[in-house]
Amino acid sequence: MTGTERGASAEDRAGAPVDVPAVLVGFARALRAAGVDAGPDRVQAFLGALDVLRPGMRSDVYWSGRLTLCGSRDDLERYDRVFAAYFGGAASEGRRLRAAPPPRLRMTVRDAGPAPRARVEGERDAVPTAVLASSAEVLRHRDFAGLTDAERGQLRRLLAAFALRGELRRTARLRPARRGVVDPRRTVREVLRRGGEPAPPRMRARAERPRRVVLLVDVSGSMAAYADALLRFAHAAAHAAPHGGGRARTEVFTIGTRLTRVTRELTHRDPDTALAAVAAAVPDWRGGTRLGELLRGFLDRWGQRGMARGAVVVVLSDGWERGDPELLAAQMRRLHRLAHRVIWANPRKARPGYAPLAAGMAAALPSVDSFVEGHSLAALERLAAVVRGAGDA
Amino acid sequence: MRERLEATGYLVDDGLAVACFLALKLRRPIFCEGDAGVGKTSLASAFAAALDAPLIRLQCYEGIDASQALYDWDFPRQLLHLRAAEAAGVTDADRLEGELYGRRFLVARPLLRALETQPCVLLVDEIDRADDEFEAFLLELLSEYTVTVPELGTLRAESPPVVVLTSNRTREVHDALKRRCLYHWFDHPGFARELAIVRRRLPGVTARLAEQVTGLVQALRTEDLVKPPGVAETIDWAEALDALGATEVDAELAISTLGSVLKYREDLERARGLDLAALLAVRGA
Repeated sequence: MTGTERGASAEDRAGAPVDVPAVLVGFARALRAAGVDAGPDRVQAFLGALDVLRPGMRSDVYWSGRLTLCGSRDDLERYDRVFAAYFGGAASEGRRLRAAPPPRLRMTVRDAGPAPRARVEGERDAVPTAVLASSAEVLRHRDFAGLTDAERGQLRRLLAAFALRGELRRTARLRPARRGVVDPRRTVREVLRRGGEPAPPRMRARAERPRRVVLLVDVSGSMAAYADALLRFAHAAAHAAPHGGGRARTEVFTIGTRLTRVTRELTHRDPDTALAAVAAAVPDWRGGTRLGELLRGFLDRWGQRGMARGAVVVVLSDGWERGDPELLAAQMRRLHRLAHRVIWANPRKARPGYAPLAAGMAAALPSVDSFVEGHSLAALERLAAVVRGAGDA
Repeated sequence: MRERLEATGYLVDDGLAVACFLALKLRRPIFCEGDAGVGKTSLASAFAAALDAPLIRLQCYEGIDASQALYDWDFPRQLLHLRAAEAAGVTDADRLEGELYGRRFLVARPLLRALETQPCVLLVDEIDRADDEFEAFLLELLSEYTVTVPELGTLRAESPPVVVLTSNRTREVHDALKRRCLYHWFDHPGFARELAIVRRRLPGVTARLAEQVTGLVQALRTEDLVKPPGVAETIDWAEALDALGATEVDAELAISTLGSVLKYREDLERARGLDLAALLAVRGA
C-alpha cells in the first residue's frame, strides 16, 4: 500500500469528464471480475461518496472506492491492481497477484443436510438397509488407504452423517433455567403480572456453549490416500447442527506446502461441490509438508488473535515433516499454550508396529493432549468423541 | 478534517482523512481492521476530540447481548419503588406498572447513550469478539439508529452518532455489516510518519531518541517475530527510555528496556541475538 500512497497523492485528472457514473460503474464491474465482492449497494455507496468529494480527482476516486468497495484485506490487493489497470498510472506493481476465485456453483437441494446426531449406521438412499448396515460395520474398521472405488462411495455417504462439536464450556451469558440464581427481571415481571401476589422466584444460570473446533487437515503427498476422506469428515463436521442456541463454527484449514483457510469453501451443503471448491482453493495438493512453518503461519495470522484461544484444535496429519522439527516443536508448544486442547489424529498410527519416529511427529508429541488414530470411520468416531471431551486416548 | 484530527495529536494519512471525511458526510460507520497497536482505537478518541464530542465506548466480548449493550431496567430501584408504593397504600396497579417502566428506571448502556447524546462518537471495540447474533443486532441498530423499548416505545437519534468499529480479525465479520461501513485497513506506518507520531505524542523526548527508537522498531518489524510491535509499543518504548533519563539509546540500554516493546519470550531471545548496535548505527549515521 506504500506504492499507492505515492500514486494517490498526485493530483492529476482522471481523463476528460465524459460520463462519470458510467466510467465508475464500469470500474466496479472490473473489480467484480477480479473477485472483489462489490455489489450494487457498495457501488451506490461509492457514487454517494464521490458526490461529496471531487470525482475528477484521482486520489479521491482511489480512496472513496477503496473505502466503500472493499470488504477485507485480501480485497485491497485486487483493488490496487484493478485501479491501476482501469485508470492507468502508477499503482503498486510487482506484488503477488492472486487469481480471482472460481465462480460459485449453485446446487439444487439434494439432501436436506445430515441429521444432527444420526447414527453412522443409519439407512440412506436406496441401498437396502441390511446390506448397508452390515457392510458399514465392515467399513468402519477398514483403512481408508485400502478401499475400492465402490467402498469409497459408500464411505462418503457414511461420513456425511458426522457431527463434530467441541467440549462444552460455560459462558458469561445467563439463560433462564430451573436452577441457578434468582433472575430479578423475570421475577419482577411475574410479580407484576399477578398484581403483586408473591410468586416463586425465577431462576437463571450460565449458558453453556461448545468450544470452537479448529481442524488442520494435511493434504500433502504422504497423506494423499486420506485427504479426501478427511476433508469430507471436515465438511460434515463444519455442518454440525448448532447446539444450545450458540453457534460455534468449526474452522477448517488445509496444510501442505501452504496454509489455506477453507472454511468458506466448505459451507456448500453438498459435499461434492464443497470439495470441488476446496480443490480449487488449495494450490498445494500432494506437495511436501512444512508443518512447523505452516503452523507458525496459522498461529501468527489466526490462532494468536483468538481463533485457537480456548478452542479444541485437531491436527490431522501423519507428522511427516520436511522442514526443521525443532521449529515444529516450538510452534506446537505455542499452540498448546493457546488452545484448550490439542488433538493429533494420525492415520498411520493404526499400522502394526507404528512408532512415532517421524521427526515431526516425535517433536510434536510432547505438546499434544490426545494422540489418536485417523485411518477409518471407527477412528474418526472416536476422534469426534475425544473432541467432545468424552473419553480420552 | 485532517487538520482537526492532527490538532489532537493523531496523524492521519490520505486514506484515513478521506475515510473520516466521508464518515461525517455520509453518516456511515468506519470499519477499522489491522494489527494490534496501529491506532484503530485511538482513532475514535482523536475523532471525539476533533469534534469536541464525548466518546462512548462499547467493548465487545463473547456472549455480549442487548441488555449489556443497549439498556436494562434498574430492578433494585423498581422493587424499592413497589415497596414504597405499597407502604403509601397505592392500589392502582396500572399506574404503578406504568411508573415502573418509565424512563427513570431505564439504565442506558453505551448504545442507547450514544443515540441519546448529540453529538457523540461511538466506538464499538473489537467487534470480532462478539457473536454473530450481536452483529446482526448491531446491523439493525446502525442502519436505523432507532431502538425500540417495548414498554416505552421507539427512541430515535436525531442525528446519528459517528461510529467507529474495530476488529482484530480473529474471525470474519459478517459481510452485511461490513457493507454498511467504510472499510479501512491500518498498516504499520512508514519511518517518517511513525517518527512524526512519536514526536507529536511525546514532545518531551529528544529528537535523537525518538529517531533511534523509531528506527529500531521499524527494523524489528522486519524480523521474524511472533508479535511485531505496533505504534503503541514504539511510543511506550520511547516513553520508558525517556523516564530513565536517556537522551539517546545504545545497545545495552535498548536490551534492558526491550520488555516494553516485545511481549513474548521467543521474541526477546531473538532480539537479544540481533546486533542492535549495528541496527542503531544504520539509522544513527
